[in-house]
Amino acid sequence: MNNREALERHGLYDSRFEHDSCGVGFVCNIKGKRSNEIVRQALEVLHRLSHRGATGADPKTGDGAGILIQLPHEFFTAVCRQEKISIPGQGDYGAGLVFLPTDKKERAFCKNAFAAVIKEEHQLLLGWREVPVDKSVIGESAQESQPVIEQVFIGKNNSYGKKENAPADALAFERTLYIIRKKVENLIRASSLRQKSFFYITNISCRTFSYKGLLMPHQVDTFFTDLCDDRLQSALCLVHSRYSTNTFPTWDLAQPFRFLAHNGEINTLRGNINWMQARQGLLKSALLGKELKKILPIVVAGGSDSATLDNVFELLLLSGRSLAHVMMMLIPSAWEHDTQMAAKVKNFYKYHISCMEPWDGPAAIAFTDGRSVGAVLDRNGLRPARYIITKQDTVVMASEVGVLDIAPEDIMSSGRLEPGKIFFIDTQAGRLIDDKEVKETISGQKPYGAWLKEYLVDFDTLPEKKIREVKEKDLPVSLKAFGYTREDLKIIIKPMAETGLEPIGSMGNDIPHAVLSPNPQLLYTYFKQLFAQVTNPAIDPIREELVMSLFSFIGPAKNLLEETPQHCHKLLIKHPILTNDELEKIKKIKINGFRTKVISLLFEVSEKNGFRKALKRVCADAEDAIKEGYTFIVLSDRGVNKEYAGLPALLATGLVHHHLVRKSLRTQIGIFIESAEPREVHHFALLFGYGADCVNPYLAFEAIGQLINEGELSLEPKAALKNYGKSIDKGILKILSKMGISTLQSYRGSQIFEALGLHQEVIDLCFSGTVSRIGGAGLDTIAQETLLRHREAYPVRSIDAPLLSSGGLYQWRRDGEFHLWNPESIAALQDAVRKDDQKKYEEFTKCINDQSNNPTTLRGLLKFKKSVSSISLSEVEPVAQIVKRFATGAMSFGSISRGAHETIAIAMNRLKGKSNTGEGGEDPARFTPLPNGDSKRSAIKQVASGRFGVTTNYLINADELQIKIAQGAKPGEGGQLPGHKVSVTIAKTRYTTPGVTLISPPPHHDIYSIEDLAQLIFDLKNTNPRARISVKLVSEIGVGTIAAGVAKGHADMILISGGDGGTGASPLSSIKHAGLPWELGIAETHQTLVLNDLRSRVRLQTDGQMRTGRDVAMAALLGAEEFGFCTAVLIVMGCVMLRHCQLNNCSVGVATQDEILEKKFQGRPEYITRYFNFVIEELRLIMSELGVRTIDEMIGRTDLLEVNEAIIPWKAKGIDFSKILYKPKVPQTVETHCRRAQDHGIDKIMDLKLIEMSQASLEAAKPVKLDLEIKNTDRTTGAMLSGEVCRRYGETGLPEDTIHCAFKGIAGQSFGAWLAKGVTFELEGMANDYVGKGISGGKIIVYPDKKATFKPEENIIIGNTTFYGAITGEAYIRGVAGERFCIRNSGLYTVVEGVGDHGCEYMTGGRVVVLGKTGRNFAAGMSGGIAYIYDTLEVFPRKCNMEMVEMQKLDTEDIETIRQLVTNHYKYTQSQAAGQLLGDFKNKVNHFVKVMPLEYKRILAENDFQKKLKLEEVSDG
Amino acid sequence: MGDIKGFLKVKRQKSSYRPVCERLNDFNEVVLIRSEAHSKEQASRCMDCGTPFCHWGCPVGNYIPEWNDLMHRGQWQKAYQMLQATNNLPEITGRICPALCEFSCVLGINDDPVTIRENELAVIEYAFAHGFVKPSPPQKRTGKKVAVIGSGPAGLACADQLNKAGHQVVVFEKDDAVGGILTYGIPDFKLDKKIIRRRVSILEKEGIRFKTAANLSDRAYVTDIIETFDAVSLTMGSRTPRDLAIEGRSLTGIHFAMDYLIQSNKRVGGKGTFQDEAIDAGGKKVVVIGGGDTGADCVGVAHRQKAACVVQIELFPMPPDCRTESVPWPKYPLLLKTSTSHEEGGQRDWAVLTKKFTGEKGAVKKLSCVRVTHGKDTQGCPVIQEIKGSEFEIEADLVILALGFLHVEHGPLLKALEVTVDKRGNIATDQQFQTTAKGVFAAGDARRGQSLIVWAIAEGRRCAHHIDTYLMGRSNLPVL
Repeated sequence: MNNREALERHGLYDSRFEHDSCGVGFVCNIKGKRSNEIVRQALEVLHRLSHRGATGADPKTGDGAGILIQLPHEFFTAVCRQEKISIPGQGDYGAGLVFLPTDKKERAFCKNAFAAVIKEEHQLLLGWREVPVDKSVIGESAQESQPVIEQVFIGKNNSYGKKENAPADALAFERTLYIIRKKVENLIRASSLRQKSFFYITNISCRTFSYKGLLMPHQVDTFFTDLCDDRLQSALCLVHSRYSTNTFPTWDLAQPFRFLAHNGEINTLRGNINWMQARQGLLKSALLGKELKKILPIVVAGGSDSATLDNVFELLLLSGRSLAHVMMMLIPSAWEHDTQMAAKVKNFYKYHISCMEPWDGPAAIAFTDGRSVGAVLDRNGLRPARYIITKQDTVVMASEVGVLDIAPEDIMSSGRLEPGKIFFIDTQAGRLIDDKEVKETISGQKPYGAWLKEYLVDFDTLPEKKIREVKEKDLPVSLKAFGYTREDLKIIIKPMAETGLEPIGSMGNDIPHAVLSPNPQLLYTYFKQLFAQVTNPAIDPIREELVMSLFSFIGPAKNLLEETPQHCHKLLIKHPILTNDELEKIKKIKINGFRTKVISLLFEVSEKNGFRKALKRVCADAEDAIKEGYTFIVLSDRGVNKEYAGLPALLATGLVHHHLVRKSLRTQIGIFIESAEPREVHHFALLFGYGADCVNPYLAFEAIGQLINEGELSLEPKAALKNYGKSIDKGILKILSKMGISTLQSYRGSQIFEALGLHQEVIDLCFSGTVSRIGGAGLDTIAQETLLRHREAYPVRSIDAPLLSSGGLYQWRRDGEFHLWNPESIAALQDAVRKDDQKKYEEFTKCINDQSNNPTTLRGLLKFKKSVSSISLSEVEPVAQIVKRFATGAMSFGSISRGAHETIAIAMNRLKGKSNTGEGGEDPARFTPLPNGDSKRSAIKQVASGRFGVTTNYLINADELQIKIAQGAKPGEGGQLPGHKVSVTIAKTRYTTPGVTLISPPPHHDIYSIEDLAQLIFDLKNTNPRARISVKLVSEIGVGTIAAGVAKGHADMILISGGDGGTGASPLSSIKHAGLPWELGIAETHQTLVLNDLRSRVRLQTDGQMRTGRDVAMAALLGAEEFGFCTAVLIVMGCVMLRHCQLNNCSVGVATQDEILEKKFQGRPEYITRYFNFVIEELRLIMSELGVRTIDEMIGRTDLLEVNEAIIPWKAKGIDFSKILYKPKVPQTVETHCRRAQDHGIDKIMDLKLIEMSQASLEAAKPVKLDLEIKNTDRTTGAMLSGEVCRRYGETGLPEDTIHCAFKGIAGQSFGAWLAKGVTFELEGMANDYVGKGISGGKIIVYPDKKATFKPEENIIIGNTTFYGAITGEAYIRGVAGERFCIRNSGLYTVVEGVGDHGCEYMTGGRVVVLGKTGRNFAAGMSGGIAYIYDTLEVFPRKCNMEMVEMQKLDTEDIETIRQLVTNHYKYTQSQAAGQLLGDFKNKVNHFVKVMPLEYKRILAENDFQKKLKLEEVSDG
Repeated sequence: MGDIKGFLKVKRQKSSYRPVCERLNDFNEVVLIRSEAHSKEQASRCMDCGTPFCHWGCPVGNYIPEWNDLMHRGQWQKAYQMLQATNNLPEITGRICPALCEFSCVLGINDDPVTIRENELAVIEYAFAHGFVKPSPPQKRTGKKVAVIGSGPAGLACADQLNKAGHQVVVFEKDDAVGGILTYGIPDFKLDKKIIRRRVSILEKEGIRFKTAANLSDRAYVTDIIETFDAVSLTMGSRTPRDLAIEGRSLTGIHFAMDYLIQSNKRVGGKGTFQDEAIDAGGKKVVVIGGGDTGADCVGVAHRQKAACVVQIELFPMPPDCRTESVPWPKYPLLLKTSTSHEEGGQRDWAVLTKKFTGEKGAVKKLSCVRVTHGKDTQGCPVIQEIKGSEFEIEADLVILALGFLHVEHGPLLKALEVTVDKRGNIATDQQFQTTAKGVFAAGDARRGQSLIVWAIAEGRRCAHHIDTYLMGRSNLPVL
């Protein structure tokens, strides 16, 4: 058992959550002309993508790289001649690399298996060739795990399988080779070889061949010496460089796979795999015939998401669909809300989606079958893919432009892949086929439209079925039976029905985990929502609604490998929450053979084992229903009474779903849930996530009825129900979008949850594949909880009218759930710090640390081992030393008041700890110390997705720059500061307009994957090399692997936040149900980093409800070096957990911007310094008892912890802490805490040269002009220079154009990032993504190489996500920009000649002139600034998202602005488009459409009015 | 929540009282009931805190934010339901509770707290006025019988809860009317006795039987109770008064406060004139020793009896009139209380030690007093030191000793029940309120010593839960 396996078995690491993300590209000759040059060029591309890959602890071992080419027949013929292998003609044999065990015997076994299978399939084994490799070039750990690499040659047996009159089938031999490969794989998998894991077949094909392995990009051609041979020829080459989140050596996960190379992530993987398994039973293929059974399973376990996708891709391709067809099926574009898509293409998608759910997630996929080559982008366009087509018929496509030197005059066009679009080259036809043609051709192959018309049933068209409303006889009793509380009604259901929105709350979660609570909990509370972080982005379901869909296609599925009209015999339901009437329609359905059976979820409470028996019965009933020909089942808990209770709906759903998946029957039937249980968004998400098709929450509906009857809701019942449904729809979209999933169809069954406190027995039975790391409650406990609830509702003796119980989850109640922050603990803590009273502090710690009566946290169940080697307190390192490890959490000025924010900063500066700005900038006045020596400067400056106030000056005034990927209270979600809270001061620090709403998007739009994060780290480090860079993640399964990736991306510190952390405003369901405790997160991260030998180069911090020295000691022992405190500090300053932060109504002045309330703030810095002193002294005492002198000695010492068995509560008897307490066994040389600094690679960058050359400007503000060449590997150019400018000249910078740099070439990512005032960047050539991010006063000019002949206004010249978070400055771009131009612009003035989708998204200020076309969803979430679109064709209105803006006529001020900007544009770039416009400006200016945010308009009008008012006052004077 | 900004718009406004000159002429309630609109407005000040300290500070755990919100929005019936879920006698606590909740109200940190007590009163009086408070006898009887001994707040709460659980409850009261200290300890001007009768009448209609004038010192009677009932709850209060054993104590004209108040209350209620042993302040110089609530009640009574003058003295120094650092929010602080009785006249003096009584013809005439300081000895134990030369005298015809109570009366009842007492003289129980005698439980002042009415109610409720569990194996009666 190697380390990885040991960790997986005993620790918290789970390889299923490994991620990779990569550089991908291809080079091809459109005419299919084979040459060695193409291979050379592809290798060059691969080399130049190396900064997108990563290395682990061993600097010479990469994460994997490879190349796929056309089968090099001439080369093989030549080399095989020497090897004495006789090779038939091209196309008559297949070959492929095989990774074999190093053990001779085992290797022989594998080869024999090959021989046997080849014989069985009546083909010829031509021979084996040892593939020459140069071991010396690769790293140590790659060498250790290197398999023996050989090449197999399989000859085609022309006499076999050829049927007369059989259609000519180009892929017939490929299929045979596929079957051989699958069979061999199955044989080896079933064998008992010790070195089984070495065995891997890369690709056996008669068309393509790949070289790949655990290599770094530049090692590919030095390791495989074949690649240096110039006899090697190909017309197309796919290359791939992998960046994995871990460094466990895995040769087999290198790409390209057999047909594709993937950059991105399939978020819906678990569901896709399950659905594939469910479908397997139905698979039949004329082409694969009886062989089909032999190649199962289709999806090979243990593969990555990309490998799995490849598995399915090849099945669909080889069973008869074309390359583009398969791609369109697997990664459909967002067709649901597209008004411009051709009807037949829409029909194609609709038909196919009714057969198969999309594989959803950020993806740029390059694919080839050896003849055609293409690429596709996911519907969100979240991965970059740029291409250049030359006049010589060469196409280069890659994640970046500039990866191959192409003479500018040779460029015919420069483009990018657009969201959902296919880029396709048929080398046989010798032409490039555009997206439209590909899709229309494929869509025209079958009469999909007619089929849909005949077979697809739209639920909305079914006749209404009015039912006699069956009201629950005694509603309060029913509510009690299903655990409804007063809070459920008041805090959850009422606001949903009233506003159509999910309820919002604040602060964190401090109640016991479900498994620790003494009260019966609904099963839903045992599950935590997972979310995307770093390796793929969350999406914004509101602003980017066009990609989202709640459509469901329900009904029995057919064989996936065929296409018949009956395949779309489905029921289309557009909203998955059904009203009672709608469910009745389902129950009574009698159309096209649809029939419904209702299965009761009730069980008799008095029957022994009634609960378990009912589970069995429900499964059997479901199976029977399929046998009886029913198409739908309704699992119903209607009819609960004194004798009968209902099975938990989630348990039943998961059980039936998995039972049917296991029996490969699941796709035969639709599952509807009629349940009293679900009421809040989290419940619904779980039901869908575990397989439910639609849900009818009848009791929640009745509860709404009661609220109306009682006068709590003054709405028509119909409107209230509609609102309620709407809020769930929105909530579900939000939950799936935070995992980066766009459609409910692919979310269904995808199980994106982690269980906390459920026994493996329950998981295996009902939630198979879900992670549950600490075990816990079993079926009997769940049954017991159900019975307790039932007994509560139907007591033996009834007392009074039943009052629903308090709940106490959201607001503390004496008879509700226990809260660690309760009146006693809060009062004791406040008293302690005000009086500096140690006794009181001890009173406080007793409330928190002693959880023997109220077990709440995981750490509460642990205790320190009695040590024999305790030391005296004086031997423990002093407070002053320890305090440096303490930080306060990221609370923005905005979420908390100015007084509170500054008090924290002063206190932390006095202590020499660190305070955090939070998102939203910091007033530069705070950077200067106060006369008394205090300082209000926050040491940690946060960089969050909104980039508010992230100026160059802000960045350089930091000791630490923290990239906030996620927040414990709402991981994966964005934020919104409503206009009324944006005061003058807040607007000033955020560089926006007072009164204008500020939206923080869910993802950082410059981080869609791990290599993007590495890029941002690089950007920030460049801007301020003196600051350390930290990355804030939230605990969930897999956070350890993500952290490993982040460590490889050169973060100096990683913060693992617990899911219980606080917030100023979040949906309640996120506060409660998203993210996991930090104990799991920090332990998993520490274990994974140690195992990867990455721990030594990164520090770890943890936070999320830290309160006492004991908490700190626990965190250190589990692996943390540093500790963050938040809520406790607020309480110290006077917070009494009103939980009103979101209302701006804090009565103690802590979390408010209300002027009157702010004055009530009574916190003082000394309270905070006293608190930290108490905490550290408590910690020191523990240290002395444990016998450790320093924190460093404590890190990861889980051997000093043990479980406090005595206090484990009843439900948690099965709990298992061994994984948390696992200590990886590693050699002595592996450091287990941070010992060395990261190598940021900023010692050789272009900026060093720039700084040197502009000394005169920096020292004396003298103007300089520089001329330089630039390449795509020159990244983040200008950031360090700008940092230097700011360091000397502060916010004001230098006079305009003082430092003028003229570049020529293709600039790497982040060109001109944080460009400071006085710096002008002129680029002749092109640029990649992130141009001008955070630009703070500089000027950027980009135009194509003067020798280039292509039309700039029709070609891509700068990449995606440009001018993100721009503060001020100017930019003139002669050419088209990619997706998300000027996203979250605060004040940049710019001209561009065309933009991709989502232009000006979230913009809050500035002016944008677009002289050409825009993509879709322009101005989504735009709350400020103005955009002017030159819309001669009058197509713009259809592309604009009108949610927050309106279109206006220009006024004179607008015309002047446009004239000025376009004149500049012409002056700087010689743009023809600008020239023509200026030539007839008076007339042409009328073609401009002005895009004006509604709110901005109102505020500007108000300001004008105020100005006028002031003038009048003066004149009245 | 009704109005999120309510606390910023509305200032705390307490109820008003009848004019002193008017109220001194009768024993009717001094407080004026607020208007409905006023109550709703005051309720809007409640912030519906995420951590409602009021609910924590309230011994019965009233769901204060919930009913404040409901009453603010005019949902009186639901407000009443919420209120009665935790409090059996809200009409009593709403009148005379010192309102611990208000001292822990979050608004009290930097503003005036919500008028929680008066809001409570508004809810319950609205409920009575609109017929929400109706007898609802239990649907099923368990067949178990419980005797509750003592009909004060603890006894009533306990009996009410046990009756709800379906047990047959008989309340034994040694006095001639139900209510214990509520009826005879508290003057009518603070608590009109119809309020108690109104509640008792509902309890009776719900099936509780009340045996007044029960001869509980008769051993046979008690034996009979033990034999007849499945469980007994002892809720007879803490009625052994603290005495002042100094020279001259045996002079006439020196009485315990409770004797004085009981007599007065009985007279007001038309239950006798007590001609011979009448304790009456009419025309007398009255000195009340003891500065607590009972003392204040005596002051009020004396004024209504037209005393010539009233002086109230207290051994301890004058408490502060606002919170000190030693008792920070949200704790219940000892503050200077100026009750309605103090507004009506008389003098108050603090840190005064009474050294002896002197009299004429066996009747008290004056008190010899000395001023004292309060300090701590080297061990930190409190010490009282007389200030030399500060001796003075107070003339008195009537002296009322309102020095508090020591413990429950250790009479034949406890002996007959074989119940033991703790070090402080209170009835000893386990955590489940059961005394050393099986099936005999105790609650309220009898168990925890002299305390507040709201504590007595809380104890009675908890005790009922445990008795129910004892009788049935498990209980659905709430324990907050």
